[in-house]
Amino acid sequence: MEENIVLRGETIMVHHVHVFIQLKDGVLDIQGKAVAHSLLSLGHSSLQSVKVGKYIQLWIESETAASAKEQASAMCDDLLVNGIIEQFRIEVEGE
Amino acid sequence: MKTAVVIFPGSNCDQDVIHAVRTTLGTEVAEVWHRENDLPSGTDLVILPGGFSYGDYLRSGAMAARSPVMKSVARHGGKGGLILGICNGFQVLTEARLLPGVLLPNRTLSFICRPCFLRVENTATPFTNRFPKGQVVQFPIAHGDGLYSLPEDELKALEDRGGVVFRYASPEGIADDNGNPNGSLNNIAGIISPEGNILGLMPHPERASEALLGGEDGCLFWQSILSFLEKGGR
Amino acid sequence: MDFSRYGIRKEEFEAASSVLGREPNECELRILGVMWSEHCSYKSTKRLLRLFPNKGPKVVLGPGENAGIVDLGDGIGAAFKAESHNHPSAVAPYQGAATGVGGIIRDILALGARPVASMDGLFFGDPGHPRTAALSSGIVRGVGDYGNAVGVPTVGGKTVYDPAYNDNPLLNAFCLGFVKLDRIVSSQTARPGQAVILLGSKTGRDGIAGAAFASVELSDDSKESRPSIQIGDPFAEKMLIEACLELQEKELIVSMQDMGAAGITSSSSEIAAKSGVGMTLHFDRVPLREKDMEPWEIALSESQERMLLIAEHGKVDEIMSIAEKWELDCAVIGETFEGDGYSILFNGEEVASLPPSLICDGCPQIHWPSKLPVDLEKRRELELDDLPLPDDWNEALDALLTLPSLAPKQWIYDQYDSMVQVNTVKGPGHPVSVLRVKGRDSLVAMVFDADPWKCYLDPFRGGAETVARTARALAVAGAEPLGLTDCLNFPSPEVPEQYWVLEECVKGMAACCEAIGCPVVSGNVSLYNESPEGAILPTPVVGTVGIIPSFREYLPSGNWDEGDVLFMVGPCNTSLAGSRYLRSRNLPLSGRPLEFWGEAEKDFIQRALRTARSGAASSGRAIAGGGLAAALVKDSAESGKGAAVSLGIPTRKDVVLFGEGGARALYSVPMGKVPLFKVIWNGYPCIVLGRVGGSSLEVEDAFGFTVEELGKKWRIR
Repeated sequence: MEENIVLRGETIMVHHVHVFIQLKDGVLDIQGKAVAHSLLSLGHSSLQSVKVGKYIQLWIESETAASAKEQASAMCDDLLVNGIIEQFRIEVEGE
Repeated sequence: MKTAVVIFPGSNCDQDVIHAVRTTLGTEVAEVWHRENDLPSGTDLVILPGGFSYGDYLRSGAMAARSPVMKSVARHGGKGGLILGICNGFQVLTEARLLPGVLLPNRTLSFICRPCFLRVENTATPFTNRFPKGQVVQFPIAHGDGLYSLPEDELKALEDRGGVVFRYASPEGIADDNGNPNGSLNNIAGIISPEGNILGLMPHPERASEALLGGEDGCLFWQSILSFLEKGGR
Repeated sequence: MDFSRYGIRKEEFEAASSVLGREPNECELRILGVMWSEHCSYKSTKRLLRLFPNKGPKVVLGPGENAGIVDLGDGIGAAFKAESHNHPSAVAPYQGAATGVGGIIRDILALGARPVASMDGLFFGDPGHPRTAALSSGIVRGVGDYGNAVGVPTVGGKTVYDPAYNDNPLLNAFCLGFVKLDRIVSSQTARPGQAVILLGSKTGRDGIAGAAFASVELSDDSKESRPSIQIGDPFAEKMLIEACLELQEKELIVSMQDMGAAGITSSSSEIAAKSGVGMTLHFDRVPLREKDMEPWEIALSESQERMLLIAEHGKVDEIMSIAEKWELDCAVIGETFEGDGYSILFNGEEVASLPPSLICDGCPQIHWPSKLPVDLEKRRELELDDLPLPDDWNEALDALLTLPSLAPKQWIYDQYDSMVQVNTVKGPGHPVSVLRVKGRDSLVAMVFDADPWKCYLDPFRGGAETVARTARALAVAGAEPLGLTDCLNFPSPEVPEQYWVLEECVKGMAACCEAIGCPVVSGNVSLYNESPEGAILPTPVVGTVGIIPSFREYLPSGNWDEGDVLFMVGPCNTSLAGSRYLRSRNLPLSGRPLEFWGEAEKDFIQRALRTARSGAASSGRAIAGGGLAAALVKDSAESGKGAAVSLGIPTRKDVVLFGEGGARALYSVPMGKVPLFKVIWNGYPCIVLGRVGGSSLEVEDAFGFTVEELGKKWRIR
């Protein structure tokens, strides 16, 4: 939910942004493999496969949800995501 | 020969590599904090040491690769200056796109620390010119994310141009799966940039530079660099 | 006032009220509840710990400080200590182990020493027990991940498996650092009119009342207490290490204390009490991670990676800029004054006021009654006539070598960086770990050992044996023992029979320390290690540090040379009581260990040191778990050489080969050095076992394996 925060007498909007990071298809997911193996040995025989990724939450000060999404995307490009092996998806709350 | 060792928050092996260079070569070594904008003037060799920069948080080497000092490191490399990335340093170089590829978690999903045999594949580099070709050396490994990976076509290109400098091997020099501690593709332990001035390797030559500590194969590594520079190499 | 809900006993409440001249308020009660818990105050064991000798020519700093320090010569000292983190590791194995390692590292750092080596003592339950796999892998990963990231090599350790630890695993963390003797930071040097500074991570609600938690037995409800466990950040700790050492280098601090159990309160009150100054703390100045923390929460938070510093007001700015460089929070949270007061202010109000001496030393000691265990005699029954010799010696040896407690531990220490800081001459997997000291000839040797089984059968002899084992191993390697640290892991002292065991163990340990002249310079006690399912075995763990004058005088193990003569020194009629061998034959823990003989231990140490220093042997190994058989196998496998051994002695073969206890060692001596070796050991029991040679280890009328087979059983590189 975007929040209205009063700071120094000004009202600013803070957007809550969810970033989901996954390994690209074709990149070997050894963690996923290991986790799948463990779940199967615990008896979850209906399990087909597992992919292990990362979930990062960002709170970004921004006028609009679209702008928050753009800024989050830039953060992914700059640091949060390794474009060689990872892909990402962004969701802005309230969008 | 002037060496500059970059220290990131969380680097652990900076003092180790400084010690190894000083005791093996007796040459000047400077420390450069990650927030510096410039390298000391006249720097010949920049070393990015091993350790856990930024705790390996987010991705190993990811945040260090974006440190202020990396701009001048990249400039140094662009002008043909020597850059050496050891372990975490290698990870930083790949994150900074100064070397191709990525270091993934070991296939054992655990940290591995042990002595390790490597076959020297390419002796026509500033870092390996004193090794006989195909020699088997011992440098210890100590890492959790050492699985070198590159898309198939880029991997072939790397091999074709002789970019692989060190390969994990058995004591007899056979680079098979048995001799591969972490699952690196093609047993790759260390690679060099197309221009031949930037080397990254996962094993630690600075830990094999004194007989007292188990081996001296690392000494040839430092001596190769000195030899290259003394012969006017740039 | 219901003081018992804060973990305070009636006589403690009365003692506090009497000193204060009034009843303590709620905040003060909470503080005392933690500071006077067993874990913090040692109220059940203080008088026992006084039995340990703690002085000696090489002791620079004894017990009662953050760690002990022994003199390595040339103005350098080794600061070292071991600490337990048992209860947290049982509830949250990964974080419990990680923060255990972090905590002991800060204890060493607090003296101004750079942490250079760690060792870990791991005690797990039966491998078949449902919880063991998760506990052991979590604890090992926790130790590894933290130690590796913080850049302190883990160079040795001890791992034990026994059903007694099923629900009560133990994690004892040892750390050693080097310090210049004229630059030791003390907790006694604070003076009035100085600033009290908090450096490190922000304060949250981690581990609140954790110390009280450690003084209570574990029940199913403990699993609900997960929110109060501490989370470790090795990256922050590495920054803290560099920042503190830089501050000390630049002589900016007067005193330093690490924040462990009961965080701000324990560290600040300790400095106040030891330095004899009063202190006022302003809790609204503490950098917080959580909103709306109560003063008692701030007082008792066990958020990790924080240090307390005392400095002159004039140096504060420089301290702040160094903190900023290392990206650590730093705040002046109080000041010292002349007097015996300690007061906590919060938002203008005084919320607590207690004399530091009351907090630190005011807890009344408890004298638990002690009683001989009723089954003591029964435990000691072991009729050798009822124990047949093995039908198949090879099978018997296999069973011994695959015992979880004895089997190779490579899977553990391969996960530990044992080489960072480039000082490791000999790392994990060997009887003794050895470090070099840069710029000097001498080497520092250390070993971490325990024998809970002997302690169960005879606490006095077991306690003595535990200390003796460490000293023997060091001496054989050529290291003169300088001092030791101990971790006493025991069940509840409130059971008289268990208290008797604790008392006797300490007495036995003290007796050995006296006999061999090795003082106890630091230590730790962890009680109440039990659960409804059962209590742990009495488990004193000892970490001993020694010095070898130069690499030439270091005698390694596993270094047989072709043609060497194999000697065993020490008595042949040793004991199968509490031995690994009995366990491998699925026999109950029984028998009476050998009597402790101080003179013999002292004699052995002197001769072993002479052997190493005069180069009279190629290889030496003190005989310990698994007896002579294990020593032969390990040495053969590591050397890659065989031997023909015959035991031409009247004693029962299984006793000679598998017996444990007593000062004994296996030596491999080159032909040319045999006369010198015999001179050194003249007057001490000494027999020739055989010669090194061939591709098999053959023990006449017993077991035989090829060297290749042994290499697979004992997978050492």
